[in-house]
Amino acid sequence: MTHNAVIVGGNRIPFTKAGGRYADASNHDLLTAALDGLVARFGLSGQRLGEVAGGAVLKHPRDFNLTREAVLSSALSPDTPACDLQQACGTSLETTVYIANKIALGQIESGIACGVDSASDAPITVSDGLKKALLKASRARSVGERAKAFAAIRPRHLAPLAPGVAEPRTGLSMGEHQALTTEAWGVTREEQDEIAAASHHNLAAAWDDGFFDDLVTPYLGVARDTILRPDTSVEKLARLKPAFGGPEGTMTAGNSTALSDGAASVFLASESYARENKLPMLARVVDAEVAAVDHPGGADLLLGPVAAAGRLLERQGLTLDDFALIEIHEAFASTVAATLKAWNDEDFCRARGLSGPIGTFDHSKLNVAGSSLAAGHPFAATGARIVPTLAKLLHAKGPGSRGLISMCAAGGQGIVAIVEAV
Amino acid sequence: MSAIEKIFTSAPGRAVASKAGLKDPPQLRRGRTWPQGAIVLADLNGSTVGRETLVLLGRSFDSPIIDSEDGDAPGYGAKIGAIVVDATTLTTIADLEKMRAVLRPAVRALEGSGRVVILARPAAGDWEQRSVTRALDGINRTVAKELRKGATSTLLYVDHDATPSDLLSTMGFALQGRSAFVDGQTWQVSAADTNVNQLHDTPLDGRTIVVTGAARGIGAAIARSLAQAGAHILAIDIPPAGEALAEVANEIGGTALQLDITADDAGTKIADHIAFRGLKLYGIVHNAGITRDKMLVNTDKARWDSVLDVNLAAQMRINEVLLARRGDGGIEDGGRIIGVASTSGLAGNKGQTNYAASKAGVAGLVQAMAPDLADRAITVNAVAPGFIETEMTGKIPFVQREIFRRSNSLSQGGQPIDVAETIGYFLDPASQGVNGQVVRVCGQNLVGA
Repeated sequence: MTHNAVIVGGNRIPFTKAGGRYADASNHDLLTAALDGLVARFGLSGQRLGEVAGGAVLKHPRDFNLTREAVLSSALSPDTPACDLQQACGTSLETTVYIANKIALGQIESGIACGVDSASDAPITVSDGLKKALLKASRARSVGERAKAFAAIRPRHLAPLAPGVAEPRTGLSMGEHQALTTEAWGVTREEQDEIAAASHHNLAAAWDDGFFDDLVTPYLGVARDTILRPDTSVEKLARLKPAFGGPEGTMTAGNSTALSDGAASVFLASESYARENKLPMLARVVDAEVAAVDHPGGADLLLGPVAAAGRLLERQGLTLDDFALIEIHEAFASTVAATLKAWNDEDFCRARGLSGPIGTFDHSKLNVAGSSLAAGHPFAATGARIVPTLAKLLHAKGPGSRGLISMCAAGGQGIVAIVEAV
Repeated sequence: MSAIEKIFTSAPGRAVASKAGLKDPPQLRRGRTWPQGAIVLADLNGSTVGRETLVLLGRSFDSPIIDSEDGDAPGYGAKIGAIVVDATTLTTIADLEKMRAVLRPAVRALEGSGRVVILARPAAGDWEQRSVTRALDGINRTVAKELRKGATSTLLYVDHDATPSDLLSTMGFALQGRSAFVDGQTWQVSAADTNVNQLHDTPLDGRTIVVTGAARGIGAAIARSLAQAGAHILAIDIPPAGEALAEVANEIGGTALQLDITADDAGTKIADHIAFRGLKLYGIVHNAGITRDKMLVNTDKARWDSVLDVNLAAQMRINEVLLARRGDGGIEDGGRIIGVASTSGLAGNKGQTNYAASKAGVAGLVQAMAPDLADRAITVNAVAPGFIETEMTGKIPFVQREIFRRSNSLSQGGQPIDVAETIGYFLDPASQGVNGQVVRVCGQNLVGA
């Protein structure tokens, strides 16, 4: 039994640079705000939904039940169940697929997919040495045993540990990995800065058009994405110093995503539920695919989604020409540039098990309302930023208009999805 | 809080202020509550509409004590809750003495937050009769000023053909705590084939009502109050106010729509939303408004235009769309349009030419629209708030604020709920006979007509 899973709409809070206006807000706060805006937009206060799936990449141990706790803090009925999922930067596209699949299978009729991240409120943990000593002390049965456990603590144990930003298996940060890809694919500084400038200009234009009036709800007095620089230009971006890839590197703070805070959500429902409840139906979730590459073995860390895109298009019998709009998550401008090159590289695609190159497309269809370089990239929130944005854009183009979303994720992974306007 | 405000609100400060004549203002009776003491009905010259309306309301009533002519005023012996004076058959100047004779003992015996409600006919007849009609207005306003402890007085001009059913909701409003901050006011009730025989606690059950400017202050109070009366609220405010708007919408189980009402397509967006969600639009409360205060000599075109557009032109454009889209997200027949005027508009206020223009314009607009929409049974009314305690008025410097607060017959600022209650009264389906009226919610502010 399959049901159409449709995107009803979405809501996010404006994204900010880490350490900015949301510096004192937790993942729980940000996610609750995103959910409450969605509830208000669709009049869901007090209603029980099928399920809410969300996640965060930077997660405190206390937030083991982050999404359920946010649901309880929100205006949704406390009878709404929730679960946490996490797939690095692909998290809230993965939660979208999860909720859509459950709807398609008839297991639920409605649900929210969401994601949140706060680089400001990153979990700081204690060293292994300190942790072991503390745990031993808590198990101690006498004062003497306890004193002995504490005596094992050395000054070096007291330094707090920040969450890792490096890939565990390579020791390289994401930027350093992408710098290798940038060089390998010959992505130029100009290409990157053009992508970055377009992202800012497109996002600014969308804001000015009121496009986000029914997609974003202000939070803590922030009414617009704060990373957005409407007046930036290729010339201005060209002046920035390299941030990755050494002194000759082409990747800068301007063409790489900033550490960000934010949360986003997508409201999904079965077509029948949407009709019964007189809810909008922007687009249906058609299909999705995940893929991974062996980056410890030397593969490009952030080109994981290429294989996913190829396999998905082959399964659906579609080519890039069949898409009205394409969203490629801008982890770095060079990720987008390298992805476009890889899509059109026959050898690369065949090596990934595809029957040939994915191909090329008219770039005026790409990230037309801006993407992560301008909006910011709270890791787990980005998928749920893209999905409603794309669904709304496609809906405006008319029924049948298709959109493709490609997102790279840490661990050499990628997730790709197709949505189609209804 | 400024230093002077801290001193003033401290215990010794209050003691000194009280000695100086600035007593703590009375606590007003609010909500769907009736006067505690007996309701007294004085039906002069054998008038009947007041009596029949009280019967419909299910209120028992006592006979009045009439002042004697020898100067020794007889008393009621106990506090009374309200006096309803049915003067609908008073026509001569000589008859006015009867007003004095029933009001003198009653005013003396009236409880805190008690009510004087005078019923009369709209101006008609010969010169003397018309003069008497106006004389009653003078009595009402003066009695309102003389009443103490939060008691208020209201004069209702009841149309000749208006039935007790038509008058029911208005009389109920005037007697109940909902009219706490409406004092010394006069408005009219017309015949409207109102088919009701009792007041409802949730008269707006199942009805969808749009409230603009609903994110905070008076607008949020309106949204909450109407939701409590059973309405489903489509809460609208500008996108930057979205966070507070969502909070209000979620609290009352409503829906939030982030929308700039001055956008050309604002009316269409509202109607589209209503139609799409399969709803029928019963009413709209045009509460959104802004101030850009400056003395006229310092008022530039930008300040002028923005205030006139937000406060007046936008609601006119939206009304046009909502009236045109009958059955398609527009206002249904039998619906309600509510404007929010201001005492600043009715009386004028230094530094607010633009605001006064817009708010007086709202009063003019509802009076102009009302007769034209009568054939669709859509009523159009406005409230005109005076000094209301909100976050916005809380920013007025303390001394000035304290003066504004006390310069009315109730010696205090009104609460947002007081404005909301009056709007709820207009919206009540039982208020069909109330059309084209502008009711001030100002505690009988000393300024203005």
